[in-house]
Amino acid sequence: MSARPIPWGFVILIGFGLVAPVLGIYPTFLMKCWCFALFACAFNLLLGYTGLLSFGHAAFLSAAAYTTGHAIKVWGLAPELGLLAGTVCAGVLGFVFGSLAIRRSGIYFAMITLALAQMLYFVWGQMSFTGGEDGLQGVPRGVLFGMLDLSDNTNLYYLVFAIFLAGFLLIYRVIHSPFGQVLQAIRENEPRAISLGYDVDRYKLLVFVLSAALSGLAGATKTVVFQLASLTDAHWHMSGEVVLMTLLGGLGTVFGPVVGAFVIIGLQNGLADKVGSWVQVIMGIIFVVCVLAFRRGIIGELGRFLRRPL
Amino acid sequence: MKKKLMITAIAGVLLGLAAGVPAQQAKLSGGLVKIGILTDLSGTYSDLSGQGSVIAARMAIEDFLKQEKNPFKVELVSADHQNKGDVASNKAREWFERDGVDMIGDLVTSSTALAVMPVAKEMNRVTIVNGAASTNITGKACTDLNVHYAYDTYALAIGTGRAVVKQGGDSWFFLTADYAFGHSLEKDTSDVVTAMGGKVLGSVRHPFPGTDFSSFLLKAQASGAKVIGLANAGTDTTNSIKQAAEFGITPKQSLAGLLMFITDVHSLSLKTAGGMYLTEGFYWDLNNETRAWSKRFFDQHKRMPTMVQAGVYSSTMHYLKAVKDAGTDEAKAVVKKMKDTPVNDFFAKNGSIREDGRLLHDFYLLQVKRPAESKGPWDYYHVRQVIPAADAAIPAAKSECPLLKK
Amino acid sequence: MFELLGISPQALYSQLLIGLINGSFYAVLSLGLAIIFGLLNIINFSHGAQYMMGAFLAWIGLTQLPQWLGNPDFAVNYWAALVLVPLIVGVFGVFIERTMLRRLYKLDHLYGLLLTFGIALIIEGVFRDWYGVSGQQYEIPEVFQGVINLGFMYLPKYRAWVVAAALAACFATWFVIERTKLGSYLRAGTENPRLTQAFGVNVPLMIMLTYGYGVALAAFAGVLAAPIFTVSPKMGADLIIVVFAVVVIGGMGSILGSIVTGIGLGLIEGLTKVFYPEASAVVIFVIMAIVLLVRPAGLFGKEQ
Repeated sequence: MSARPIPWGFVILIGFGLVAPVLGIYPTFLMKCWCFALFACAFNLLLGYTGLLSFGHAAFLSAAAYTTGHAIKVWGLAPELGLLAGTVCAGVLGFVFGSLAIRRSGIYFAMITLALAQMLYFVWGQMSFTGGEDGLQGVPRGVLFGMLDLSDNTNLYYLVFAIFLAGFLLIYRVIHSPFGQVLQAIRENEPRAISLGYDVDRYKLLVFVLSAALSGLAGATKTVVFQLASLTDAHWHMSGEVVLMTLLGGLGTVFGPVVGAFVIIGLQNGLADKVGSWVQVIMGIIFVVCVLAFRRGIIGELGRFLRRPL
Repeated sequence: MKKKLMITAIAGVLLGLAAGVPAQQAKLSGGLVKIGILTDLSGTYSDLSGQGSVIAARMAIEDFLKQEKNPFKVELVSADHQNKGDVASNKAREWFERDGVDMIGDLVTSSTALAVMPVAKEMNRVTIVNGAASTNITGKACTDLNVHYAYDTYALAIGTGRAVVKQGGDSWFFLTADYAFGHSLEKDTSDVVTAMGGKVLGSVRHPFPGTDFSSFLLKAQASGAKVIGLANAGTDTTNSIKQAAEFGITPKQSLAGLLMFITDVHSLSLKTAGGMYLTEGFYWDLNNETRAWSKRFFDQHKRMPTMVQAGVYSSTMHYLKAVKDAGTDEAKAVVKKMKDTPVNDFFAKNGSIREDGRLLHDFYLLQVKRPAESKGPWDYYHVRQVIPAADAAIPAAKSECPLLKK
Repeated sequence: MFELLGISPQALYSQLLIGLINGSFYAVLSLGLAIIFGLLNIINFSHGAQYMMGAFLAWIGLTQLPQWLGNPDFAVNYWAALVLVPLIVGVFGVFIERTMLRRLYKLDHLYGLLLTFGIALIIEGVFRDWYGVSGQQYEIPEVFQGVINLGFMYLPKYRAWVVAAALAACFATWFVIERTKLGSYLRAGTENPRLTQAFGVNVPLMIMLTYGYGVALAAFAGVLAAPIFTVSPKMGADLIIVVFAVVVIGGMGSILGSIVTGIGLGLIEGLTKVFYPEASAVVIFVIMAIVLLVRPAGLFGKEQ
């Protein structure tokens, strides 16, 4: 696992990110993809590299989305501060959820995160600033650092891509750091990691907070792009969707979640107009096929074919 | 089957249009008028809007081109917003920026309507909301490029609340879905009830969506109120009605549905829903004109139109005529034309669009027929009262919309 | 008459009774989930969809089948549906087990969860496409129409039947598993499949039938639910999460735990509806979080 992924993986990713809008791919769609790619990567850090299945990651996405939306719209903060506020809020929430959840493992860990996320969903529904099920709308895009006008799609696109890339590189760096090695040791054999003298709980909590904060960054960015935050972000379906993206792309691979996010969002976008309500059935079939036939996911299988970890 | 029908139908429209003579007098962006129906094609609201709205819009376009002898090209696109605000705003942006859509219609459920309106405003395009109910659409969130056509919660609350109190139902208990829409429906109705001299004995807020309403219904029963107001929608409403019958609450206490559509009644059957009061902005069996149009709609959709679907037809027609008369598809000019011209068709008589975008038209207080009174499928309502347009919209003085405060 | 926190005892009794009725639904559903988890180590996310299938098939049998066959005599009435529908859905479950689940036994829990999640999406999507979302109505059978006057409330006869039928199904299942020879094989299979196999018990067959039975229980609950709730493709989707929580609180895989917790949570939910109705959807998750933190294996589960 420690072997470096082939550098041209990065070349393709960055190259694609830079030229995609020029190729005529619709920029708002791309921005959505990058937001979810970051979300999935953050989730993968937890599931793929630490072996912790959180079924409540929608909580962090939504917490940041609402905070950022509120900060920019009502408090009139600049977008960079709004994004920061959202990320910090998600991180703090991650600390609270994480401290409770990491006391348990396996399926119980998943259930606690689910329970906490459901409670948060309830809270969002009750609070007035979220706009209930109508959502928080009309968040202005604003001007970044007082100079870059984000209402211009091209500017916004490159900002979103830069945010994604920063998050992605951070995750990449974490995975390949000594800290990341300990995480993988925990995934492979927790008792052994404990016996080697690692304070496993602290590692778990730290990675949980990191994952939550990065998920939050994704949610905050999404709010700036779509100018709205809604309860959809907090529903447990969202938590399920991020699992699907990660699994489809390849659990515990660096590039997998990115590919997974693009495929799922692409399918949702592309299919919705053509097959209408069959979208759900198709997603279900993908799930089933994925679990039965290629559990390594797209990138995982590709990596096996190339005999390189990707 | 339905899908195939639609695809062939749309293809038909496009072919028909391509053959038309594009005598270009009007100044049109992209050389044609493009209309997008953004609706729920797969979820909770797909029966009351969905495919039916797409069909209604297509009928409007065909009729317009026939009546006006192909003055310009019109194209129709449709998409499923899955009732998600972000999906809706994403699609709207894509349509405006990439596909040159001039007007987005239907927009069922308030969260999607409220998400699309600011996008349209920013891009200088028109939105015509038919499916959504929130009064915010012409209130706090109003824009000068939006028209709210078919109905809103205020009209329904006024209609049902006032009429039921007049008929002697002067003590109320509310069963309210615990979200913004339910709250506003409850508030609007209780205001009307108390203003009319009735009493509100209490209310209970149930989680949304819910399945079992029995304990809430028991509270309503214990309150002794004559009328139980259902401030909820969709399966929540149908479940409440079904369970009220089961617990023997009806017919001792009567139910008032504050947001119900003919499709809900169709799904409940008259045996369960018979006797209920509700308000709609349209019923297919009002007069010869509504019957004629609805029959045409029925032939294509195999269901009678809801007020949303009828509204989509009427508003699309009104929009296209405004484009023709204004000689441009530029949003501000078109909306101004729409506001200057009264609406006179099977849907609205002497309807007019106010500055805040609200279409003022008559509503109908309806009572659901008992099984013995109905002559057959879709013969569901007695029209008990016509609620005049002036009463059915929030008075301009009370509106939160800045456009009305001049 | 004394009043407790502003609620008259009559109102309280009736709310508790309603809680009991809902609790018995939770019990039947969580029981199915629990036995599947106990023996297969799979969290059956499609349980809600199978419950929905039960309700839908009952409705199809009553109203659609005679139309398809063009003969009103072919309608499957309520009683027949109560037997036939769980059988059909059970066979469907066996098919899923044979063709798909079987390949996942040696893998992490996660994959079983994801597979059944996918299956749930497919089932729900298909029904949604066929029958729309407005929902269908199923008549309460003739014998159960009307209400019983209990003094403090009017109890619909059908609800009384639901409680009786649900508790009977729970008791029968509990009895078979805890008190019969077949049950002892099952329990042995849960503890140590290899050893049990070595003693000549056909463990794979047993697993298959267990999954079928668990799914059939879900369908049984679905048929029971059809006359009171609107039969719609979405009816199982939100319920599944609650039932999940019930199983977790009771202790994953614990038969008795799931029954007792199901009923208990129904009661608690009923009380919440009295005092703070808005929170009735979330109270179960609050309890789940607390229980898991204090007693991680659930109320009746054994710490592993």
